[in-house]
Amino acid sequence: MDVVWEWFQWLNSEHGIKLTIFYDEWDRNRFFGGIWTTIHLSLVCMALSIVIGMGGAWLQMSKFIWIRRIVQGYIQFFRNTPPLVQLYFFYFAVDSALASVTGIEGGVFSSYGWAVISLSFFAGAFNVEIFRAGIESVPKSMVEAADSLGFTSFQVFCYVTMPLAYRVCLPALNNNLINLIKTTTVAYAIAVPETLYISNQIWSDEYNVPEMMNVVWGVYIILVGILVTIMHRWEKSIRVPGFGN
Amino acid sequence: MSTKTDWSADQPIVSIKDVYKSFGELEVLKGINIDVMKGEVICIIGPSGSGKSTLIRCINALNDINSGSIKVKGMEVNDSELDKLELRKEVGMVFQQYNLFPHKTALENIMMAPLKVLNQPIKEVEEKARQLIERVNLVGKESSYPGELSGGQQQRVAIARSLAMNPEVMLFDEVTAALDPETVNEVLLAIKDLAQKGMTCILVTHEMGFAREIADHIYFTDRGVIVEHGPPATFFTEAKDPRTQEFLSQIL
Ligand SMILES: Nc1ncnc2c1ncn2[C@@H]1O[C@H](COP(=O)(O)OP(=O)(O)O)[C@@H](O)[C@H]1O
Ligand SMILES: [Mg+2]
Repeated sequence: MDVVWEWFQWLNSEHGIKLTIFYDEWDRNRFFGGIWTTIHLSLVCMALSIVIGMGGAWLQMSKFIWIRRIVQGYIQFFRNTPPLVQLYFFYFAVDSALASVTGIEGGVFSSYGWAVISLSFFAGAFNVEIFRAGIESVPKSMVEAADSLGFTSFQVFCYVTMPLAYRVCLPALNNNLINLIKTTTVAYAIAVPETLYISNQIWSDEYNVPEMMNVVWGVYIILVGILVTIMHRWEKSIRVPGFGN
Repeated sequence: MSTKTDWSADQPIVSIKDVYKSFGELEVLKGINIDVMKGEVICIIGPSGSGKSTLIRCINALNDINSGSIKVKGMEVNDSELDKLELRKEVGMVFQQYNLFPHKTALENIMMAPLKVLNQPIKEVEEKARQLIERVNLVGKESSYPGELSGGQQQRVAIARSLAMNPEVMLFDEVTAALDPETVNEVLLAIKDLAQKGMTCILVTHEMGFAREIADHIYFTDRGVIVEHGPPATFFTEAKDPRTQEFLSQIL
């Protein structure tokens, strides 16, 4: 590794391209720490947003109109407001409201915790719509066929509706999860030490804005690229001839 | 349970008595009476919108009825305490649009219900499924997905899928209506084979030649009532009601 680090040092001294994150141990540690924060923030939010999406899609099939209205209200609220405003709302308004109710001092959740909650609800709102559209795309006649073979409604859901719905959903879910990775950068605003926040600290200390900007592009292109590859593999592996394409 | 009376083979296996059914304001069935004995093949014909699909769907409780009674092997279908699984074990249904599960191969489509609904052991189920594939003449297509099969092939898989549950009665709702003309015959052959082996069949069909050939009894429905019925030998030649005559003259 030392050869690589030395090469970046040489790049700086010879050409003035200052990538301290590769040869300065302090910068390097905090920078890769930032990427790691972006990755696990993304993964946790993806998982939670999928759970929220499934729960919401399930609630939208409820026979109680007010349950469907609450879910619809949630979706509209989170789809039609900026994610940054949502994050501030949780971090400042909800946090202090919760603090005064519970009497906990110094914030109920950390900034990371609020970023997880806010972004999960943000992406979850889209997932509810995606999953619902998937479930609705399964023809009623298919459900009847399963019915008349003696399947219970739960079995119909598990063996017919779900497997067909998620094949229909996957491309839209894919887009939404990519969008979620990109949106994690708003956590910058409440000082979650993710990639953009750390990069900003580094370029303030080292005066290397152009270099770090390019590095930040690269990081997000690689992260999104990895997700896209995984999702495409998955889409391909569950593709069946003559259905959904 | 009071819903199940004993049934013996000298009684109709399907007994439809004075059945009324409405969708909201629309009266679709207005006093239907049909008895089907075990092993009988009956065909229901009539203009579109006359309630044929609704009637056949009521027999396996996909639609409920407003009044009257439908009994399958002594089970009252129109009863809130009916065990639907018991009914559906006895009654298989094949639809116009095949409705195969597109994410399962032909063999898996056939195996699914016995595996999941009846919890039968997989080896037994697979063996049975392969026999059924052979029976509907689809050897070699076991691992094809529905999307890779022609309409006629899909419909034969659908028939095999219903047979896998070992039903006593099979319902067919215009199962050849969506098919290309050249594949209609292979499906009719599969049904004919079933009928000849003693399966009780209730068919809604527009294939008059086929009905004449295999039916024991033909029912002509119009606007929710049975206008006329009789064995094919007399039905086609001696229709008395002008509505029947008009329908037959259009379709023959
Ligand atoms: N689920 C339903 N809701 C409302 N009306 C229906 C429904 N199913 C069928 N109908 C109506 O009932 C009538 C009979 O339909 P159907 O039984 O499908 O006739 P057929 O199979 O003889 O063509 C038609 O007028 C149809 O529009
Ligand atoms: Mg019909």
